[in-house]
Amino acid sequence: MNHPYDIAIIGGGVVGGMIARTLSAYQFRICILEKENDVARGASAANSSIVHAGFDAHEGSLKAELNVKGAEMMASVCRELGVKYQNNGSLVLGFDLADREALEALLRRGTTNGVKDLRLLEQEELRALEPNVAKDATCALYAPTAGIVCPYELTIASIGNAMDNGAELFTNFAVTGIEDLGDVFCISSESAKVSARYVINAAGLFADAIAAMVGDTSFTIHPRRGEYLLLDRECGGMVKQTLFRTPGKMGKGLLVTPTVDGNLLVGPTSVDQEDKTDKSTTPEGLSLIRAKSAENAEGVPFGKTITSFCGLRAVGSTGDFIINLPRERFVNVAGIESPGLSSSPAIAEYVVELLKDAGLEFRTNPAFDPIRPATHAFREGSIEEKNAMIQKDPAYGRILCRCEGVSEGEILAAIRQNPRPRDLDGVKRRTRAQMGRCQGGFCSPYIVELLAKENGVPFESVTKFGGGSIINFGKTKEEA
Amino acid sequence: MANTRELTCIVCPKGCPMKVTLEGKEILTIEGFTCPRGKQYAIDECTHPMRTLTSTVRTSGGGVVAVKTDRAIPKELMFDCMQVINKTVATLPVRVGDVLVSNLLDTGANLIVTANQE
Amino acid sequence: MKQIDLVIIGGGPAGMSAALAAYEQGVTNLLILERDSRLGGILRQCIHNGFGLHRFGEELTGPEYAWRYEEKVLEKKIPYLLDTMVLDISPEKVITATNTSLGVFQIQAKAVILAMGCRERPAGALALAGDRPSGIFSAGTAQKYVNMKSYLPGKNVVILGSGDIGLIMARRMTLEGAKVHAVCELMPYSGGLARNIEQCLNDFGIPLKLSHTVVKIHGKGRLEGVTIAKVDENRRPIPESFEYIPCDTLLLSVGLIPENELSKTAQVELSPITNGATVDQNRQTSTEGIFACGNVLHVHDLVDYVSEEAEIAGNAAAAYLRGALQSNLHIPLSTDGKIRYTVPQTITEEKEITVYFRVSDIFRNATVKVLDGDRVIYSRKKQKVAPGEMESILLKPVQFAGAKALKFTLEVE
Repeated sequence: MNHPYDIAIIGGGVVGGMIARTLSAYQFRICILEKENDVARGASAANSSIVHAGFDAHEGSLKAELNVKGAEMMASVCRELGVKYQNNGSLVLGFDLADREALEALLRRGTTNGVKDLRLLEQEELRALEPNVAKDATCALYAPTAGIVCPYELTIASIGNAMDNGAELFTNFAVTGIEDLGDVFCISSESAKVSARYVINAAGLFADAIAAMVGDTSFTIHPRRGEYLLLDRECGGMVKQTLFRTPGKMGKGLLVTPTVDGNLLVGPTSVDQEDKTDKSTTPEGLSLIRAKSAENAEGVPFGKTITSFCGLRAVGSTGDFIINLPRERFVNVAGIESPGLSSSPAIAEYVVELLKDAGLEFRTNPAFDPIRPATHAFREGSIEEKNAMIQKDPAYGRILCRCEGVSEGEILAAIRQNPRPRDLDGVKRRTRAQMGRCQGGFCSPYIVELLAKENGVPFESVTKFGGGSIINFGKTKEEA
Repeated sequence: MANTRELTCIVCPKGCPMKVTLEGKEILTIEGFTCPRGKQYAIDECTHPMRTLTSTVRTSGGGVVAVKTDRAIPKELMFDCMQVINKTVATLPVRVGDVLVSNLLDTGANLIVTANQE
Repeated sequence: MKQIDLVIIGGGPAGMSAALAAYEQGVTNLLILERDSRLGGILRQCIHNGFGLHRFGEELTGPEYAWRYEEKVLEKKIPYLLDTMVLDISPEKVITATNTSLGVFQIQAKAVILAMGCRERPAGALALAGDRPSGIFSAGTAQKYVNMKSYLPGKNVVILGSGDIGLIMARRMTLEGAKVHAVCELMPYSGGLARNIEQCLNDFGIPLKLSHTVVKIHGKGRLEGVTIAKVDENRRPIPESFEYIPCDTLLLSVGLIPENELSKTAQVELSPITNGATVDQNRQTSTEGIFACGNVLHVHDLVDYVSEEAEIAGNAAAAYLRGALQSNLHIPLSTDGKIRYTVPQTITEEKEITVYFRVSDIFRNATVKVLDGDRVIYSRKKQKVAPGEMESILLKPVQFAGAKALKFTLEVE
């Protein structure tokens, strides 16, 4: 067996990523084990991208504590990691007296949880703040501290930053077994093994299966599907705040929100299911979104839909986040459903405290650099700044993705940066190339070419997202 | 006993619907054409259907270049001609009109380049 | 900032043709900006024949048609920049563009011709239900892989939408060894040309399933199959008709969208029906000195008509630069819905004008009428009109002299 890692993190989502990054500030050998071809492929790739203010979770719950703290940390974490974040505020809309009472209860809960500046708005003020809000909304709970963030960008950046600071990433490493050898765990996939003194289980939907590998069957995780429609960037401006309805039994209901990239996002549906791999969209789900959105905002232009997708939330059986040590040197970070994204920076700090309490010795990594350069810096630069970069590397002058205006230089930089993408979707999530209104119709053949060249693999072996997701079946003509 | 065939003309984008009555292989009447080329198409289609074949061939540069048959070939020979095309390699540079294969499979048609490539 | 009289955005068939027309009219300080590495636009990958009958009296392939124009551009030494992406056009006609050698640069133009073409409606826009595997391409993307990169993106193919690119790709993939199982078309008629159904589908025994759509995508890695269904008259899938077709590839040919992002930055008024600029008979947009032609203005069936339209825009831009562009009328053209749109949308000059239009459905024995109030100024019977085929009529000044507005209607018996 190879020299053991100090810490193995199972799961390359936003939770695993934030933990890896936080731990990489200390002198540990860290590895991240991800079962897919890239990081940010589960719930971290498909969610509402909201930084919740923190008034939803029950007083005293871990969710409440970590949400409020995480939301407070988010702006600075995003700044360090070069991730787009916007403090746009949120509105929970009320339509009748019952809603108003529920909103008042949320206001009290939020205040107890420590959410700042919460207040109820009456119709007039609501309309002034958000002109396209549903006409019948009579009041709203306004949370100015709420925000939006790009969840996969945050995941990729946190893992990239951890790797820049020494952590290692193993993709296509689906954990099939964990054996406790006394002082180290031996973690196996079908084709490889790693050993580590400590294991952090951040396996999302599969966290129950991973925990069961070390004998912990105290909780289960079930998937709850959430379908979304994403609209063209020209629609993002129709609302400024994130608009929720007064919550019901199945969570926070549908939302209408701008994204940090200027699109409009509408969803999610909320349906429990058994299958942890079924991320298919359904006609029922998509028509429900179209029908229900009118309860948030007037006249959502669904004709401008550019894509639809489904994410699976990892709903834990306890109702709260499950963050504990069921046995020595093994940490569960499970059941991280909403507000998991908002909480993720605080979850990482909470895990550090748990590990300290468990006796792990923390020594500061003097070389730790919390900064990861923003991948979208080029696009946001002035003409002079752009020209300075093009002069250094002419590839920045060649636009490949015309819809989102992404240059070859940015794509190459993303391919060469930690964690290196190997597939089309990986480039999409890092650069936004193929993310626009033509959905890669024009640029994807060029990106396949760049991926093949940079990764030294044949053109036809480049995939959409790893596994069997090949794009081409080989050459059309016979080889000489 | 005469029979009727309904055709869609492929000579030009108008796609005129035509009706041909035949006695065995003998054409009795043709209706619906709006130009002489259309009438000829109807006759060909009922006696020996012809198609222009377009494709690509490999080049000495490792890529491909667009090609076509410079006249229509018998429709039933399209896949046989594709086999020849798939084995053909164009030596760069090529210009529009360069002949790559003369008299492709004895059809009388040449395989010619349709795009310039350095 | 560099000053140029006429800048043409796009070096495809529309851009080249417009540039040549303007050059012939004496505009010598002009520049074509092309984002690809060669002139020719999308024609470069349209290697099939069927282009140019109208224009050149012979059947050319796409690259050959493009070369006819490129050759003239080279011969006249009309300046162009390749691999150059225009990022912004201001209403004052300041063009911001980028390429590898000049970096981001700006040009002050006196006149601009928009000739950016169109793009395909992608799968995402349809919000298809089911998984999100690889193997779903717009037909044009597959065309690029096959014709330009020489890779085969599919072996067992279903095509959704019967637009011409989809039909062309059905034949192309078949000739390259793939099996095309079906072409599904949501509407009860095809949006493609009849000749393409004949020579691309019927020749190869590929079924065209009208009033059919794809209702579900299957496959977690590569596409494994699609469920198709017949639709009722309201285009809703009929559950009893669901049929699973195993396939590794779904090609989409479900419409083209004029690519007008730059027109928006120039604050050019767009038509919600064509998704292109609203123009007068000179193809001048709502912004003086900015013209539009080709598929960026409205989607054409034939490149021959693109070239024709581009010449109108090129000539008009030249006249504009000479200060000779006439505009002494303002007659808006409206439609009745059966006729979906006209191009141009306004007439500003007393001269012979060809008005192009498209209908919203298949109509037989219909009469195209142009009305000035209650007065019928034009009437012609048509045996059959279809959405897939652009129609045109010629209006003479005597017909519309004195009119305040013209309405284009279709009377169906």
